[in-house]
Order: sequence, then C-alpha cells, then structure tokens
Amino acid sequence: MTVEEIRQVIIDILERIAPDEDLSDLDDSVAFREQMELDSMDFLDIVMELRKAYRIQIPEEDYHNLNTMDSTVSYLTPKLKDVPVAG
Amino acid sequence: MHYDTVIIGAGMSGLSAGVRLAYYEKNVCILERHTTIGGLNSFYRLRKRNYDVGLHAVTNYAEPGTKGGPLSKLLRQLRMKWEDFDLRPQLHSSIVFPDCTLRFTNDFQCFLDEVASSFPRQIDGFRRLLTVIDQHDALNLDRSGGQPASAREVLSEHLTDSRLIDMIFCPLMFYGSPTPRDMDFSQFVIMFKSIFYEGFGRPFDGIRLILKKLVRHFKSLGGQLKLRAGVSEIRQEDGQARAVVLDDGTEITADNVLSSAGAAETMRLIDPSATPVRPEPGDISFVESISVLDREPSDLGHDQTIVFYNDADSFHYERPDVPVDLRSGIICSPNNFDYSRPLEDGRIRITALAEPDYWLNLPEDEYQRVKMEWNDRIIESALKHIPDFRAHVIDTDVFTPRTIRRFTGHDNGCVYGAPEKFVNGQTPFRNLYLCGTDQGFLGIVGAMLSGITIANRYLLK
Repeated sequence: MTVEEIRQVIIDILERIAPDEDLSDLDDSVAFREQMELDSMDFLDIVMELRKAYRIQIPEEDYHNLNTMDSTVSYLTPKLKDVPVAG
Repeated sequence: MHYDTVIIGAGMSGLSAGVRLAYYEKNVCILERHTTIGGLNSFYRLRKRNYDVGLHAVTNYAEPGTKGGPLSKLLRQLRMKWEDFDLRPQLHSSIVFPDCTLRFTNDFQCFLDEVASSFPRQIDGFRRLLTVIDQHDALNLDRSGGQPASAREVLSEHLTDSRLIDMIFCPLMFYGSPTPRDMDFSQFVIMFKSIFYEGFGRPFDGIRLILKKLVRHFKSLGGQLKLRAGVSEIRQEDGQARAVVLDDGTEITADNVLSSAGAAETMRLIDPSATPVRPEPGDISFVESISVLDREPSDLGHDQTIVFYNDADSFHYERPDVPVDLRSGIICSPNNFDYSRPLEDGRIRITALAEPDYWLNLPEDEYQRVKMEWNDRIIESALKHIPDFRAHVIDTDVFTPRTIRRFTGHDNGCVYGAPEKFVNGQTPFRNLYLCGTDQGFLGIVGAMLSGITIANRYLLK
C-alpha cells in the first residue's frame, strides 16, 4: 500500500466507526479527537478494524501513534507497505 | 460444539454483546430459554394485537445525528444507523404529587424552570446538585468494590425539601431502581441523565423493531442464536467455566461464558446446591394494566406521554405488603410520542409496585380472576390523573411478577435485578462474565451498552 492508500484505509475505518462525522476537511496534522467526537471505545475500534482487515496487532503502548492522521499513516507505513488493499 | 463465547440470554445486553463479538469474527452463540428474543424487553401477540412486554419508553433520547451521548455511542459500536431504531421523541410528561406537579420534556430547561417555579427556595441547591451530577463518571467500570454511596444522602446535602427529593426520585426509581427507598448514587446519576437530560423516545413499531434489527444484524455477521435453549448448568473446573449444559442435556463448550441471567441466577447455574449467601436477588416488581382503546388517548383529552404519580404524603418505593401498592404508579401512553401518523389503536399502560410472592404463589385457577380484579383497582386509582377511559376499552392485558419471571427467568420476577451490581462484569470464575441488569447499566440503551462494554473489555482479545 502506498501512503495515500493507507490514508484511505483509515478514512474508511473512521467512516464506518463514526458515520455522523464529516471527514472531508480533516486536517492530517491535528489530533482526531480535536476534530471529531471520538472516545476510547472508538479508538479501540480503529485498532480492531485494522486487525480484522489486515491482521496487524497494535500493542496498547503504541496507541499514542494513532493521534493524528499523519502519525497514524507513518506508524502504519512499515507495517502495511507490502500488504495489498483489502477488497 | 465449541464456541469462542457462549452468551446466556437473548435480551438487549446479550444481543448487543453478540453483535460486537460476531462483527470481530468471534465464533459466538446466544442461548435463550424462551421461545422468543428480548427478555425483559420482549414483545408478543395477543388476540391479533401487538404488545411490548416491558417498554414504556426508551430513555437516553437524542436527535438523530447527535454526536456524543450514550445513544450515539451505542449506534456506533453496533454499526447501526439512527433509522434502525426509528426513535420519535415524547410529547411531555409529568411527576404528580399531592398539590404539586413538575412537568418535563426532552428539553431539560423545561424541568429546570418547573423546579424553579414550584420550589423557588430549592433552586440554588438544585443547581449545585446538577454540578455534582455532571462531574460524576457513572460509567467508570473500575469503581466496583467501593461502597455504594447513598443518593438520598447526596441529595440532602443540596436540597432541604423532602417533597422535591421524593419527586426527583419517583421517575428514576420507577424506571430503574433495584433497591427500595434509596439508590446507589452512580445508578441515580445514570437514571437522572437518561430521563431528565436526554429524555424519552419510542419507535413507531415498538421494541420489536429494535430487537429484530439487532437479531438480523447479529445473524448477518455470522452469529448463532438458539431459542428454546435454556442453560441448566455451567460446568466449571479449577475456577474456570468449561461448558454449558442445556435443558435437553446437550453440552456446549466455550472459551468464555457471558451471562445475562442475573448474578444470583448465574451462580446457581454453577452450583445449584450452593446456598446463595450473596448475591441476593432483588424483589422490586410490578403489575401492569394494559388497556386497548377504541380511540387515541388524546381524543379523551390525555396527551401526556408518561405521568408518574404518587397520592401519598411521601413516596414509598419498596416491596409492598399488599398485592399491589395503589398509592403510586406510572401512566404511559405509547400513542403520545411525536409520530407522523397514529398507532393502530389507543393504549394506556398503568404500572404499580407489586408484592412478588403473592403473585408467584397464586393458584392457577385464581390467577386470571385476581389479575382482572386488580386491573380494575389499578385503573380506578389512576383516574385522578387521567380522564376516565373505561367506556372505550376494547381489550385488556395484565402482566404480573409471574409474567416477568416467565420472560426473564429472574427470581421474584424482579425487574431491575439485584441490589448489588457487578459493574466490572467479573465473577469468581475467570472466564465467566455478567452483563445486563445485574452489571448495572440501566434502561434499554444502558442494557445494550452493558453487553457491549463487557464484550469489549474481556471477549475481543
């Protein structure tokens, strides 16, 4: 997956988790929490959705990497670069 | 047969937990003893009409699209849409005590204004109480083990008028308290927010709509549901649940067991002979009179959604020593929600506290007659608060603690579970968890969040 594809994977997950949020003007450098209503249950779901679709395990001590879109994509890039986008 | 998780009970909490587990590809099976889903919030058909078992209203109402709050959280977790629940808001409700009425709607300001005008000397204290309520994190799972705090004590720190205190307690106790006379403060906060801050809603088609959507969703995700599959035993070994045994002797093994059967009831499944020192089952139960009318209640001049009434000097929320306590009750009309078209028929439901043993021990040949006698007395006692609708009744049904026990399997036909709650869902057995009414999140939205929260915490690993 390219960086752009990884970003789209995250957007798709956010749309599934929080369908009421408008993600069209999401700022990739600002924390998700500051731009949308996300609680700890929702963050757990981002992790779980990634595990479901791509079988990647994200340990709890790494959760802080999921604060912004930029940090999430750079954290996932090495883990997903050789993985194709799931159908 | 082996599953990742077996869930006991296909009520709101069990089904919601099941959806979460199935969504994340867990191999999960829900076992329900009854012939239908829903548990306490089930539904049935009688003489060609649809009835809901327990539902008056869904609390925690929020406008579709609202971000934040329990209902939005719930829909997100279930991956369901606002339309799936189709909740329409209440019109208006009231708490009626001798010489004092407090009206409320889903707009909290209305209630605040009513308190200010009826209790001008209490309003500053009431505002201080609201600050305490706002700051209390009632959904924190790690508070169990601590001593439950008395809501009465907290309220009396801020309010001096016992009439106002009773009036605030009245709807909260009626709609969720497993304990007589007082509530645990966390339970009080959950109920206060769900009723006064958020308010009431109802789907046009009643509770069956939500249940059917949940089941369809659960099955589409690969979950298994078995009806007429009562669990008679949980087999344990070395402090770990290994299998459940069904009434017909079938054994099903599982890595985890999640039970909504109640705390005492679940412990009895592990060891039927154990004398239950704790947990104690609750004993708050109700009789409800359901009248079907030939017209809408509003045609008779009754447009309130719910009336919580108490005719005595003070409010007595406790197991009565007579079959039904006629001094107080709840009048609910499912018609009086903000629907765009009328329901099929008019309905008035009147609910009052009942003495469980009396109803559970009544011989079968007297049960029907006695039920109808008390139905008439309940209606008569409620007529102070609703226009006389008796000439328009075209059908009647009554439920008693006996009915509730049949649908839920809970001891005493108790409605809100045991006084002691197990908020973190744990039991003495390391892979056996509790959800539902004895875990302690209340109401329909609360019950669903209960299943979800316990599933998230222990069963998705």
